[in-house]
Amino acid sequence: MQYYQGRYPILEKKLLAKNMVQYVIFCPEIAAVAQPGQFVHILPTGHTLRRPISLCEIQAEKGTICIVFELKGSGTETLANCNVGDCMDVLGPLGHGFTLLPDAKRVILLGGGIGNPPMLPLAQYYQGRAAVISGFRSAEFVILQDAFQATGAETILCTDNGTIGRHGLVTEPLQELLNTQTIDAIYACGPKPMLRAIAAIANEKDVFCEVSLEERMGCGIGACLVCACQLEREGKSVSAHVCKDGPVFSAKEVVWA
Amino acid sequence: MTNLSVRIAGVPFKNPIIPASGVFGYGHEYEVLFPLSKLGGIATKGTTITPRPGNPSPRIAETPSGMLNSVGLQNPGIDAFIKRELPYLLTKDTVILANIAGSTIEECIAIAERLDETDVHMIELNISCPNVKKGGAAFGVHCDSAERITTAVRKATKKPLVVKLSPNVTDITEIAKAVEAAGADAVSLINTLLGMRIDIKTKRPILRNNVGGMSGPAVFPIAVRMVWQVSNAVSIPVIGMGGVDSGAAAMEMMLAGASAVQVGAAIFTDPYAPVRIIEELQALLEEQHITDVKEIIGAVKPW
Repeated sequence: MQYYQGRYPILEKKLLAKNMVQYVIFCPEIAAVAQPGQFVHILPTGHTLRRPISLCEIQAEKGTICIVFELKGSGTETLANCNVGDCMDVLGPLGHGFTLLPDAKRVILLGGGIGNPPMLPLAQYYQGRAAVISGFRSAEFVILQDAFQATGAETILCTDNGTIGRHGLVTEPLQELLNTQTIDAIYACGPKPMLRAIAAIANEKDVFCEVSLEERMGCGIGACLVCACQLEREGKSVSAHVCKDGPVFSAKEVVWA
Repeated sequence: MTNLSVRIAGVPFKNPIIPASGVFGYGHEYEVLFPLSKLGGIATKGTTITPRPGNPSPRIAETPSGMLNSVGLQNPGIDAFIKRELPYLLTKDTVILANIAGSTIEECIAIAERLDETDVHMIELNISCPNVKKGGAAFGVHCDSAERITTAVRKATKKPLVVKLSPNVTDITEIAKAVEAAGADAVSLINTLLGMRIDIKTKRPILRNNVGGMSGPAVFPIAVRMVWQVSNAVSIPVIGMGGVDSGAAAMEMMLAGASAVQVGAAIFTDPYAPVRIIEELQALLEEQHITDVKEIIGAVKPW
């Protein structure tokens, strides 16, 4: 696996929704090798630790990547203070991405809140073969719906409070699609309870399912063993690390502690 | 060209910069970015006799100018280290310090005996890990237990023995003197300082282990002070560490008395930190017309 670290200029900045910031960064060597589901590890100036952020778009021919992150604390606040023309200290692309299935006829992508951005490269890959189910707390947090629609994918929007789209959880339209169509794969990223519920449904219907997990990270490349998670492989408990073995895992293997 | 080579317990290092145990794994991940042969040495991940799963996540939290970790000595065990990792590392033209971290004296002896049969260059005995319930720092906070474990491991191996000290003690010089008397060839310090962060919304500690070891630039002045005190108290070499993130910080640590410097948290901020620090140190020494890095070891002129 090849990754790079450098200072790369921001080409575009957008506030997508409340506390949701999008950057397009020019980093040709990272864009050339990045895969859907991988992440970059970005240093907020003046901080000790980098922040892992999923890739929301990879445009190898333009040499750009796009990231979207939520303001959660002082690190992401520092990142959000950057402007077009500023350089970001990026390490990447890192981690193990989603398994792409060229022969899949119908796939479902599920994003919960800030778990939506890593679904976009998958939607761009599967296009009309994908149904994207996006869930948000309320209308003011909704992001990326235009971008998902532009891929040709079917889009289904849900909010927890019904202020826009369907009132309810993403698992409801997931069940409906599974009951009415033949689904080859499910991919999901979002809060743990959501992923856990999706994994259970996929397991019950025996559908291929991958989930992208989040954990506090140190090095981001698999050396420091900080971002541990538990997997079960062939009946045995296995300790894995989100940065190198993940962030994408087979939903069957994740131990939902 | 300034001579950067140093010698510790008879072992020659091409330069004094060593990634610290725990941050660097066994080097594979950093080899993607730079050749390991650039490094003075590598302190490998703390090894126990059998595989250890470590603590539950989260295991890391940022702090002002630093961080906390509570990995809890996750490692594949001494057999896997000797079979899978060590032979490869020994081809990398850099000094390998095998860090050992048993829970009991018997375990440390058994690990040291296994390593004694290998070509590893040095053993770093960790008596200072704050993240495990048994062993770890429990050995390193009392002179008598520090002396006992050092004596026992000393008998188990002919390899040069470095003992890694805890800063979470009343007087670190007393512990350093105890391990020197017990036959340590060098000491390394400081391991992390015990710390804690709490999420004010959830009212939960950020670390699943509640507490963890603090490192990073915030601890640097404490580390410099302790390295200075210890190097004045013992006659064996001191390997300094704690918050070193630049060539200037490495030079400061060496002026305080360190014969070599380990780099930990800085590698999370900048994965190239060890090689950058070597280059910066070289440039600083040249700027001051110092032709040999050994001239600065302990060269502080205290008031």
